Amino acid sequence: MTTIQADNFDWIPLTGAKPSGKRPYFFDDPAVERVLAITMAVAQEVAVIRERLDTVERLLEKNGSITRADIDTYAPDPASATERADWQRMYIARVLRIVQQEIEAMSKPENNVDIEAQAEDLKRN
Amino acid sequence: MSGWPSPPPYNLVGKHGVSPTFKHDDIARFNFLAQLNTHLAATVVPANATAYEKRVKPAFVAEHGREPTDRHEVRRAMLKDAHFQIWSALRRSSMELRQQNGREVVLRQLAALNQKAAALNRNSPQLKLDPTFVPPAYVSKVDFHCMPGGYVGELLPDDVGAAANYDIGIFATTAGGLGCYNDGAGLAVYEWLKKRCAGEMPKRILDMGCGPGHTITALAKHLPNTEFVTVDVAAPMLRFAHARAKSLGVNNITFIQANAENVPEPDASFDVVYTTIMLHETSNLAIRKIMAETYRLLKPGGLSFHLEQPQYAGLPPFEAFMRDWDSLYNNEPFWTGMHDLDIDQLMADAGYDRANMFQDRAVGVLDEAIFGKQKDTGEDFGRKAAWHLFGVTK
Repeated sequence: MTTIQADNFDWIPLTGAKPSGKRPYFFDDPAVERVLAITMAVAQEVAVIRERLDTVERLLEKNGSITRADIDTYAPDPASATERADWQRMYIARVLRIVQQEIEAMSKPENNVDIEAQAEDLKRN
Repeated sequence: MSGWPSPPPYNLVGKHGVSPTFKHDDIARFNFLAQLNTHLAATVVPANATAYEKRVKPAFVAEHGREPTDRHEVRRAMLKDAHFQIWSALRRSSMELRQQNGREVVLRQLAALNQKAAALNRNSPQLKLDPTFVPPAYVSKVDFHCMPGGYVGELLPDDVGAAANYDIGIFATTAGGLGCYNDGAGLAVYEWLKKRCAGEMPKRILDMGCGPGHTITALAKHLPNTEFVTVDVAAPMLRFAHARAKSLGVNNITFIQANAENVPEPDASFDVVYTTIMLHETSNLAIRKIMAETYRLLKPGGLSFHLEQPQYAGLPPFEAFMRDWDSLYNNEPFWTGMHDLDIDQLMADAGYDRANMFQDRAVGVLDEAIFGKQKDTGEDFGRKAAWHLFGVTK
């Protein structure tokens, strides 16, 4: 990588630079991987907006008014940190719900009977 | 409070003289990633075993009339499995998000960070950089853990960006498990050395491959009367590690830009020579030269040891396959070959006596500043900093 001058330094495109080595794609269709990677980046930004909103709410509740500097220096107390982490945990469980359901289908095949077959069965019995 | 322990908030990460300035949303991104990685570890990773047992292995047996015999067969079969695919894609995505998040924080203030480090490093006799040094291809050609530019990449003069980015991400990817200052391995080595050396601590210690300096700085802080030397091939790591150690008040380390295959120190000049989680980032030829170098550098009776994950020999094929994920999918290309090597044989080839070899575990302690006082239940929530240790005396 060549050294560049600080005054000629557009760092934004460099944040997402591709590392060396061919990127692995795991799905049968690489387009699925592409959409998943975009979706997770958006999911991250939703979490960021929600955390910022939570910070604004807590600061307003405590101080009545805030500055942007207050937001950047905010550090949650342990109880607030736990509440925020619990929200995050629920949020990720929500986003990855289908993964959870596929795991449950795999783990408990007895709860995964085909509904059409069940319908036919109920018509007969 | 929910049932499963959440990762600690990123605000608790330890600050030092070359820490970047964080904005609110930088911290929120790392909080998201820590929670995502914790979720993957707790619920999505274990289901790979379910997928293997319930459908991948039975399908393999139906086709071949036998079970997979090694991790490569397991991997080729698992690559077709929908659960392995979604987990791997999420994990790769999480690694890439982590890099972009860290690089955003570091690159937008890179010139200022470099200046902070330069001010701490200026005229120090304990930082010996070599502008003519050419890093070996096994480091310069690999962007380890998907870090663009790897360990050695530089964008601006006096660059510390690669090390600063490495430093700030670990707290998120390990959910705080290595401590506020990422000193889990250093504390593990310290605790292990205390037991091993029974009161008489080594006077001169060589660390090979210090990286951003987390491990050696923690160890040197606890052994203030010991003289430490470390070599690393990457100037950004050495600049950062030296500045960070200074700012944390640790002054008993000399940082030298050199290859661990060829350390510019005299024969028999160290009581201890060690590596932590470094050998897997070398190569088949280099690891042999490094072992020989440890032998040359040790005093008679001196101690050498290496912390890594356990070798694959004797592991069930599925476990070896899972442990191998980072090698192919997170840019650790020698990880897979290194974990197949017979370390005792390498040590014997370097001149060590087999009777003096041993293996052990080195275990860090969870940081009380993050996790509070832990009950010693022996339970591991997947956060415990613990390594396999290959040791030998000369």
